[in-house]
Amino acid sequence: MSVELETAISPEKLRRVAIDPVSRVEGHGKVTILLDDDNKVHQVRLHIVEFRGFEKFIQGRPYWEVPVMVQRLCGICPVSHHLAASKALDMMLGVKQLTPTAEKIRRLMHAGQILQSHALHFFHLASPDLLFGFGSDMAQRNIVGVVAAHPEPAKKGVLLRKYGQEVIRMTAGKRVHGTGAIPGGVNKSLAPEERAELLKEIYQIVAWSRDAVGMIRQLFEQNLPEYNAFGRFRSAGMCLVAADGAMDLYHGGLRARDADGKDLFDHFNYGRYWEVIAEEVKPWSYMKFPFFKSLGAEDGSYRVGPLTRVTQCDSIPTPLADREREEFIAFDGGSVTGATLGYHWARMIEMLHAAETIKDLLHDDDIIGHDLMATGQRQERGVGVIEAPRGTLIHHYRVDENDLVIRANLIVSTTHNNQAMNTAVREVAKQYLDGVAITEGLLNHIEIAIRAFDPCLSCATHALGQMPLEVAIVGADGTVLDAATRDQRGLIRDFS
Amino acid sequence: MTAPILIFGWGNPSRGDDALGPLFVEHFAALAARHPEWGEVECLTDFQLQVEHALDMQGRRRVLFVDASLDAPAPCSLTRVTAARDDSFTTHAMSPQAVLKVYADIEDGEAPPCWLLAIHGERFELGEGLSEAARLSLQASLQVAADWMDCE
Repeated sequence: MSVELETAISPEKLRRVAIDPVSRVEGHGKVTILLDDDNKVHQVRLHIVEFRGFEKFIQGRPYWEVPVMVQRLCGICPVSHHLAASKALDMMLGVKQLTPTAEKIRRLMHAGQILQSHALHFFHLASPDLLFGFGSDMAQRNIVGVVAAHPEPAKKGVLLRKYGQEVIRMTAGKRVHGTGAIPGGVNKSLAPEERAELLKEIYQIVAWSRDAVGMIRQLFEQNLPEYNAFGRFRSAGMCLVAADGAMDLYHGGLRARDADGKDLFDHFNYGRYWEVIAEEVKPWSYMKFPFFKSLGAEDGSYRVGPLTRVTQCDSIPTPLADREREEFIAFDGGSVTGATLGYHWARMIEMLHAAETIKDLLHDDDIIGHDLMATGQRQERGVGVIEAPRGTLIHHYRVDENDLVIRANLIVSTTHNNQAMNTAVREVAKQYLDGVAITEGLLNHIEIAIRAFDPCLSCATHALGQMPLEVAIVGADGTVLDAATRDQRGLIRDFS
Repeated sequence: MTAPILIFGWGNPSRGDDALGPLFVEHFAALAARHPEWGEVECLTDFQLQVEHALDMQGRRRVLFVDASLDAPAPCSLTRVTAARDDSFTTHAMSPQAVLKVYADIEDGEAPPCWLLAIHGERFELGEGLSEAARLSLQASLQVAADWMDCE
């Protein structure tokens, strides 16, 4: 990935535009753009508030509390942290194989999480841009606008998300802060009446998920040149795959390929992830920049998440999603597989896979079994990796002889994608902002590039009044030339 | 059978005063158990308010939303909320007004009468406990909610 536009040569002579925070992404992010007097772009950076405090939050706690506590790190994907922590602590307990019931209940929970997260992202965060246009009227470009203009898909989005949440509630035991997965297994299986309840709607859920793939495909067919070129860049990628190379979002070995599609490593044991991945620190960002050690910091960045998973797996183990994967890869000679907006299409294929997985598991009697726990020989360290909705999620713990966590290291999906998101916004800045007057619609193009990755910026704090959007244009002498503030009531002041 | 009254609080219990929403619900559930005259009340919590919560309002007579707020005057404020097309559609900070609007659109009808109890909070860092000021606000807000229940 290119680092062009990462650092301007004479930043003091440029004016600065900041998008702070980025909207319709999870948490707080900020984009700064340095422009000269002719509005030519010289520097673009995406700054993300890092997951600071994670280690401190976890250290010193008994290991068995961790799968529940880590759900509070992030209000957006608590189930992903719950499962990654549980897997790490399985390893720490020396459990090499869960019971069939435990593994299938966890997989069911994970599929519920993928379904609800992808549904929310596509229907409620991404679809306003896709349905109304990237620079369309901001008053319409939100989910309420979608509901008003396209009530059916919007309603399906709500119901898909609700169904995924129900799967989580029944497998985790509670609507929030579930305790379903515990080190070594699970503490409950599905009751027969819960299974019957979920079965009632699953065929409709699969059908709607299939419709969603059709919807994004149609949008690509209608806007192919723009979608394909938007924020496009070449990139390496990494994801988990099953032993046979198929997509597996819950467990597997690590597969990494360079930008030409050549294997860097395959079926690599994630318990030794630090042998292939390192993290670089840059002075202008709190968030680290991971890279493949074999390629070095400058050339070794990569992307994770739906686009990488769908393009790097050899197959998807559910028939409808696999057929969609084949069509996605074949579409327009494979051009969409390298498009930043291809993330949306891949995400919907994964949502269909999650729906099919739920259907298959609901027909498997192991999910109502009673053999919930496995045992092993206690270790001092454990690593758990899953493919969370946004990409590869790594949890790594060391536990002392008193069963207290003494070290925790987390590499979350959004950190893996840090360089990729920066590259995408630079490409968009070059394509759309260079040499023209900045407008809210144009700045939204930057946000669209970020949203394609569905970043989770780790801030579950959402107290009223804490989410303004501020944009300031600052002159070379530091004077604020113009400013706009958007709060929960809408845009107060525009650029004009 | 859907309970006619819904109390819905949200927030992260491990982020300081952001815990006010779920803590309020926990305390209110205990209070409601001592007031059978209030009838059936359902108490729900979540990390944050989201689109699917529009479905939780189906079949209710009244709804009380509860959240921590930096802007609300201490100890709390109680305001009626109505459906509105605002700009809070970050997944991070969807407003009660926006959720009501989603309800109105997907149900093709008006949402039940809803109020927002905003409890004043000050500190929201990961791993922090509830501040002393928030603790006092929480107690006061329970009385406000009890009055709200009584004046139906």
